Amino acid sequence: MRTRFITGILSAVLLSVFLGSSLVLAAEPIKIGGLFSVTGPASFLGEPERNTAQMVVNEINAAGGIKGRKLQLIAYDTQGDSTKAKELVNKLIKNDKVVAIIGPSTTGDSMAVIGDVERAGIPLISCAAGNKITDPVRKWVFKTAQNDVLAVERIFEYLNKRKISRVAILTVSDGFGASGREQLKANAARHGIKIVVDDTYGPKDTDMTPQLTKIRSSQAQAIICWGTNPGPAVIARNVKQLGIKLPLFMSHGVSSKKFIELAGDAAEGIILPSGRVIVADVLPHQDRQKKSLISFVKDYQKHYRAEGDHFGGHAWDAIMLLKGAIERGGATPAGIRDALEKTANFAGIGGVFTFSRADHAGLTKDAFVLVQVKKHDWTLVK
Amino acid sequence: MQISDQLTQYLFSGFATGAIYALIGLGFAIIYNATGIINFAQGEFVMLGGMFTVSLITTAGLHPGVAVPCAIILTTVVGILFERLAIRPLKSATPLSLVIITIGGSILIRGIAMLVWDKDTHALPGFSGDEPIEIFGATLMPQHLWIFAVTIVVIGMSKLFFSYTISGKAMRACSYNSRAASLIGIDVRRMVLFSFIISSAMGSLAGIIIAPLTMTSYDVGIMIGIKGFCAAIIGGMSSGFGTVLGGLILGVLESMGAGLVSSGYKDAIAFVILLLILFIRPQGLFKKAETERV
Repeated sequence: MRTRFITGILSAVLLSVFLGSSLVLAAEPIKIGGLFSVTGPASFLGEPERNTAQMVVNEINAAGGIKGRKLQLIAYDTQGDSTKAKELVNKLIKNDKVVAIIGPSTTGDSMAVIGDVERAGIPLISCAAGNKITDPVRKWVFKTAQNDVLAVERIFEYLNKRKISRVAILTVSDGFGASGREQLKANAARHGIKIVVDDTYGPKDTDMTPQLTKIRSSQAQAIICWGTNPGPAVIARNVKQLGIKLPLFMSHGVSSKKFIELAGDAAEGIILPSGRVIVADVLPHQDRQKKSLISFVKDYQKHYRAEGDHFGGHAWDAIMLLKGAIERGGATPAGIRDALEKTANFAGIGGVFTFSRADHAGLTKDAFVLVQVKKHDWTLVK
Repeated sequence: MQISDQLTQYLFSGFATGAIYALIGLGFAIIYNATGIINFAQGEFVMLGGMFTVSLITTAGLHPGVAVPCAIILTTVVGILFERLAIRPLKSATPLSLVIITIGGSILIRGIAMLVWDKDTHALPGFSGDEPIEIFGATLMPQHLWIFAVTIVVIGMSKLFFSYTISGKAMRACSYNSRAASLIGIDVRRMVLFSFIISSAMGSLAGIIIAPLTMTSYDVGIMIGIKGFCAAIIGGMSSGFGTVLGGLILGVLESMGAGLVSSGYKDAIAFVILLLILFIRPQGLFKKAETERV
């Protein structure tokens, strides 16, 4: 028994020495860390992100890697738990010795790990949307998901054009909805818009007719709802049930086919700001992002038999930004960071990125287009 | 829009959600009365009903008229397995440990559902279209009428079952005193199995009829289970009208609260009522306090 144990250990040691040496001979891979909430409440973000990141890394490697060195993605699941995210970021930095990190998927997780990457001096490209991740700007932290405020701007501009000045807002009572509500309220006055009803609903609520009945009897000329599936689909159905004729706006949180599927006929006519992924095929040819978008959507379809969405797109952008930075700045954390900050006019999935010393989010409101549901599909609003 | 129209809308919305709570609450009450345990996996039966129907219709391509009974049968089979594998093997467990087992069971069922299906939300088409109906200035969906009708039928049938059939009476006997019931020849364990069959069928039925309105996913069982439990507590865990009234009261208070006060307090209303009842009238709103003779 004892001897067998010792032989086992010995052979394991020998094997690892052997494997290790063979890796050194084949030029060591560049290690990239990934933090995604693959399970848990934010799995709808983390799963496509992890899938996309792995897909892009495999493709880069198949094409010969970066300057002859392969990429190695070490991805962990944060389960949408910021304590876990903090543990895992340290594991990536100290044990795995990665040169850069992609993720986390949620704003909460991202805020939790910022302190650690700043101290260790490892560049982080977050895939979460919260403004506060890159505001104020931190030396090592970048992000690819569009800020909520850009989506809000798009809706308000449209309302101004239509001369609508009184709106009701109905936001979900979680992080996404709270951030949207904050931005809606903060930017309304600047556009001459008055919020006449400010109501919320719970992420698991199944009937919003009480809130909508209140809105129906108010002075509102339009309804803006901020949430992720399935709440907004319930609201769309409830609006139809109550016979409310006001224009209904949603957030970019529901810009996937899933929403149309859930809301059915009630989705018709709804307008929302969205990244360009869902309308990739109807974009004009001169659109700078069109090439990236089409290739991402096709790729994702091929690998996972599912529609590529914005969330996967955030990871796509992050890996491609990283690839560019490694090519230009070398495979060291400091080199990558400096090259990232100099990235200009990178046309990715989320928008056209231009980072600078004062801006680590890199996008303008052009990252969003307004889309409308017509005949169970998305159409561009001119 | 007049305030009276608003109030009727709140009332109708409240009745519609309340009827669902009542149906789920009844499932809690039936198992509680037969076994003395609170089955916290009841919400998962609701989820299973909806999810089975969705996948039978969309994946297996069955007609809704076939898919619904199949989904009820499948959920009932899960209910039977649950009783056989998790409840029955523990012969001398206290009700408390059985309650904890049902919580564990619910987490297990939810986890399996997540793996077997997915984490997405799914919608079912309404049984009779999606054109709203107007009644007294309030609007309802045709599906709401289905919910009212099914709730009334189920409650009527359970009343008949418990009052007029041998099995029903035997189950009531077990709830009054299971030891005495077994002494006069009632197979108590069979009655426990019966109660799981009835309540899982009832739960899945609730899950199916609400799916076109509220949609369904692997994790809908948690919240709706708690609301149903709340309805049963207000009704004093009776397997009759008490729980039904409990569900309706809860539904109306929630909808009035969301409409007139603030929607942020909607769930809080349910839990405050639950706590108040447990503190002040633990026997439920409609039951007289039982006196124990020594």
